[in-house]
Amino acid sequence: MSYLEFLGQYGDRILSGTLVTILLTVLASMLAMAIALAAGLMRMARSPIVRGVAVVYIEIFRGTSLLVQLYWIFFVLPLFGITLEKFTAGFVAVGMNLGAYGAELVRGAILSVPRGQWEAALALNMSPAKRMVRVILPQAVVIMLPSWGNLLIELLKGTALVALIAVTDLMFQVKQINGTTFLSAEAFGTALIVYYVLARFMITPFMRWLERVMQRRLGRA
Amino acid sequence: MTNEPLQETGAADAATPMVSFRKVTKSYGRLVVLDSLDLDVAEGEMVSIIGPSGSGKTTVLRMLMTLETINGGVIYVDGQPLTHMPKGGQLVPASDRHLRQMRSKIGMCFQHFNLFPHMTALENCMEGPVHVLGLSKAEARERSEQLLEMVGMADKRNQHPSRLSGGQQQRVAIARALAMRPKVMLFDEVTSALDPEVIGEVTNVIRKLVSEHHLTMLMVTHQMGFAKDISDRVCFFYGGRIEEQGTPEQIFGNPRRERTRQFLSAVKEAV
Repeated sequence: MSYLEFLGQYGDRILSGTLVTILLTVLASMLAMAIALAAGLMRMARSPIVRGVAVVYIEIFRGTSLLVQLYWIFFVLPLFGITLEKFTAGFVAVGMNLGAYGAELVRGAILSVPRGQWEAALALNMSPAKRMVRVILPQAVVIMLPSWGNLLIELLKGTALVALIAVTDLMFQVKQINGTTFLSAEAFGTALIVYYVLARFMITPFMRWLERVMQRRLGRA
Repeated sequence: MTNEPLQETGAADAATPMVSFRKVTKSYGRLVVLDSLDLDVAEGEMVSIIGPSGSGKTTVLRMLMTLETINGGVIYVDGQPLTHMPKGGQLVPASDRHLRQMRSKIGMCFQHFNLFPHMTALENCMEGPVHVLGLSKAEARERSEQLLEMVGMADKRNQHPSRLSGGQQQRVAIARALAMRPKVMLFDEVTSALDPEVIGEVTNVIRKLVSEHHLTMLMVTHQMGFAKDISDRVCFFYGGRIEEQGTPEQIFGNPRRERTRQFLSAVKEAV
């Protein structure tokens, strides 16, 4: 069987798996960003309790394996009465894991906004919340964008693990194809290419575009 | 202008200084930055603070803007304690609400301008009026455009700070601070980061403020000629204390203290 015939026969399954992977990536990214922002801000809170919660979260999700976390969310949480559908469990696990890494990016970026910006915002008598939202975060976003590009590529690749709880993503589909046809090179080779193309030709250009938009907002284009 | 208050306004009566330091102490660990400082600034007065680096002059302004805590003593602004409030006959640390109310009386310009880079000149000026004072966008725009006009930056109002020279940024920063209508303006070495050829455009704006507006001003500066020209009073700081103070004519023309003389002659040599 030529590779073209292989694609002709299994192309639609690979395509449907790719769409699931893209959807997982988008949802997990949004979750990761929300968690990163919340945990990153909590990490800098005045209250030691709030700070502690964020530290524990970040330590657990950065310090343990994503696969174990995925199994916990899918197989163990139901024992505590929280049952998630496998697709949901998949993107929640990936989002929570990468969100913990993102929290450190958020914190680092906020801390690297020059001190003078905080002082100018205070001198204008802005409330702490206004200072953060109006002055610091917009600048922090610009600082952390390049690192988020990397993180989102990690996230995309991390979604491949959800095949292990039978979410029908790209990895799941090519494993199935491999299992029935034993065309390992074609199946996994295609997966390799698709992940690469998604990372290199979708995420990277998107992030570059975002960086350009942000630079323009700073009048630096 | 004289050192006497010019008119009665607001909460403070004519005899009450606009700014008053009472035995204010600031230290970092064992390093004493300000040592039991007493300083009164009358309403409408322009006071320049000069002195060698590390003498505590910038700390005076930063404490007034509540950017630094104080370790002892009390600062009064417009008759009210700045970082304290009276409670049961005693002064207790101020609540956030009290701090914000007090900060609204004070505006500050910084050595490095600190304009918000993600906003245009106009947006920088409108930010406080809209998001702190609660003015409508139209009112804030009108007020900001007037001020940008006054500092000669009206034609650059839609530029981001990255497109402006240092002198231009500093003029926008002055307009931004004035847009909050403070009673006291603080200028912290506002010309120190500027190229020599643009210092004049910033000092001219401050001159204009002194001659046309009834604002209380404190200025830390290394521009001795400028301080001499526009100040009502000059304070020479040394080692966290006011070594000598007086009219510009007296301080620059006839300094009484040896340290003042040394400092002024060292500065003269550097120029």
